[in-house]
Amino acid sequence: MACACKAPQAAQSLDFVGSVCQRGQVMTAPTQANSFRTQPDDRGHFGQFGGRYVAETLMPLVLDLEREYAKAKADPAFQAEFDDLLEHYVGRPSPLYFAPRITEELGGAQIWFKRDELNHTGAHKINNCIGQILLAMRMGKTRIIAETGAGQHGVATATVCARFGLPCVVFMGATDVARQAPNVFRMKLLGAKVRPVAAGAATLKDAMNEALRDWVANVHDTFYIIGTAAGPHPYPELVRDFQSVIGKEARAQMLARTGRLPDLLIAAIGGGSNAIGLFHPFLDDPDVKMLGVEAAGYGLDKDHAASLAGGRPGILHGNKTYLLQDEDGQIIEGHSISAGLDYPGIGPEHAWLRDVGRVDYTSVTDTEALEGFQLLCRTEGIIPALEPSHAIAAVMKIAPTMPKDSVILVNLCGRGDKDIFSVAEHLGVEL
Amino acid sequence: MTRLQSAFAKGPALVTFVTGGDGPTAEILDALVEGGADVIELGMPFTDPMADGPAIQAANLRALGAGTTTADLFRIAAAFRARHPELPLVLMGYANPMVTRGADWFADQCQQAGVDGVICVDIPPEEDQELGPALRAAGVSLIRLATPTTDAARLPAVLEGSSGFLYYVSVAGITGLQQAAQASIDEAVARLKQHAKIPVAVGFGVRTPEQAAAIAKVADGVVVGSALVELVGQHGANAAGPVRELTRALADAVHSAR
Repeated sequence: MACACKAPQAAQSLDFVGSVCQRGQVMTAPTQANSFRTQPDDRGHFGQFGGRYVAETLMPLVLDLEREYAKAKADPAFQAEFDDLLEHYVGRPSPLYFAPRITEELGGAQIWFKRDELNHTGAHKINNCIGQILLAMRMGKTRIIAETGAGQHGVATATVCARFGLPCVVFMGATDVARQAPNVFRMKLLGAKVRPVAAGAATLKDAMNEALRDWVANVHDTFYIIGTAAGPHPYPELVRDFQSVIGKEARAQMLARTGRLPDLLIAAIGGGSNAIGLFHPFLDDPDVKMLGVEAAGYGLDKDHAASLAGGRPGILHGNKTYLLQDEDGQIIEGHSISAGLDYPGIGPEHAWLRDVGRVDYTSVTDTEALEGFQLLCRTEGIIPALEPSHAIAAVMKIAPTMPKDSVILVNLCGRGDKDIFSVAEHLGVEL
Repeated sequence: MTRLQSAFAKGPALVTFVTGGDGPTAEILDALVEGGADVIELGMPFTDPMADGPAIQAANLRALGAGTTTADLFRIAAAFRARHPELPLVLMGYANPMVTRGADWFADQCQQAGVDGVICVDIPPEEDQELGPALRAAGVSLIRLATPTTDAARLPAVLEGSSGFLYYVSVAGITGLQQAAQASIDEAVARLKQHAKIPVAVGFGVRTPEQAAAIAKVADGVVVGSALVELVGQHGANAAGPVRELTRALADAVHSAR
């Protein structure tokens, strides 16, 4: 077992930080190159994970995207346009905020937040959408499709489509359409067509199936903006690169403000795009530990969405990664209070980082996430989305066990306006 | 000569698809044989059939809802082989159920059950190591898909390591919905046959005997799936009769080109 910390109880125990520290031995294992930041290989594999498991119809397009992305990456004009839009349209850099009252309340490590919830559209998702729509236009595509769970990625995609005048179709599970009504309306205001998907449990995985079906039938003119760091190569790589602005900024901001790097990074994980965006620029800083927080739903012995804790490697949606599945390889529906986390898989780079031991992963339940949500509201005057509320719940367990001069940096990847109705329902409050 | 080679040696072949575990599968498979099908494709149900249209999606869910397991699929295949020693049987499905116990396990089960070939929708040549070597070692054909987006530069990679037949997906899309223009099929098949040393069968969107007859004039095989699966959906336990009838009409049309 590469990682002792995947067991749910590990994060609750006092030796959690100590167990993170032992990872140093794994990091110098001879199978590793000197850097954790050079993945994937030229075939899109992160160790045994990732790859390009798509139908033949999509394969030429995926190869084309790979070539085009390599060119864009090397083109200063592309990078300049991306940076310009992030600064003046998205509102970057997002602040790095020291949170004094939650720090005091938890009584241990200093807690800092990377405020990506202050971005235009209210979450980190827009960073990636800006990058992908610039790529789409470079490739001459004239129609955009996307899948969405919580609706944040759908809203971000609809936003960039409105900004650049491209038609947009967003596939969304019918269950999510019902529980994320405000975001559905936002997408419609922005001119997108929202297609409810009734198949399966009618959540994110089913929306992704339907988006892939649309893409396969419209490859000639359509670009699929995938919302998380998953899917066939080069998506996990390019989504990571676009989201890495989070970690690059945070690293520079932390050094400028404190003259040091954080001891521990914490981020919530569904597919894992906000987490990989924060972690990746720090991967080669050996003293910076990292913790990804999966959604344990009702508990790991019940319905949950923690693919690393409760899944095993398999192939779905274009990549090989940890999946919730039965013994026949049939996919099991994920459950989380957060519509953005209830996906039965995880981005392939996280699967690799877990197996090589560079990043630790834990999980928190719906109930714990609700506690995290309320704590941040009460102590800092910030209403977080339910996704980063999972990260806050992990902070509540870990911060008190760490010394007062240590630093935790948490990715506050989305704001909670969209979630207040479902939180009210869970707290038994009638609006 | 392998069973697949024999099936295509007589002239254009009718290849029929149904989903395993959807309705009375053994009876339905026998109805396909009685109707004159030359190759049987048995669909392995999967929770997330991303390349399939509504008809086959629904069939997958019905089969899984009825509790169909991978072990059931291999029992169905082995029993079919016992009843029909000469007719080729191909498994078609998605990667995860095929590789979940290891490719060697899957290839070995195929061989023991008398399965002649495997079509895996979401393992392109680039990821061949996932399943290809195990199937070839077990003597089971890996049947690959070519599509309208498979250009001349890519075709050799698709053909490399594949055997049995080449499955030409005639539309860029999912199963059962659009139909390709006959002219585009003629052109594509002519192009594929210049490179392929194995038979070329055409599928996706083929529903009627008329379409099947037109395709059989140029291709080595015609694949029909969704139209048959819809009959299973409509008739359930009584599907064998209607399936036999449609298969007979399709087989007559395809074989008339011989």
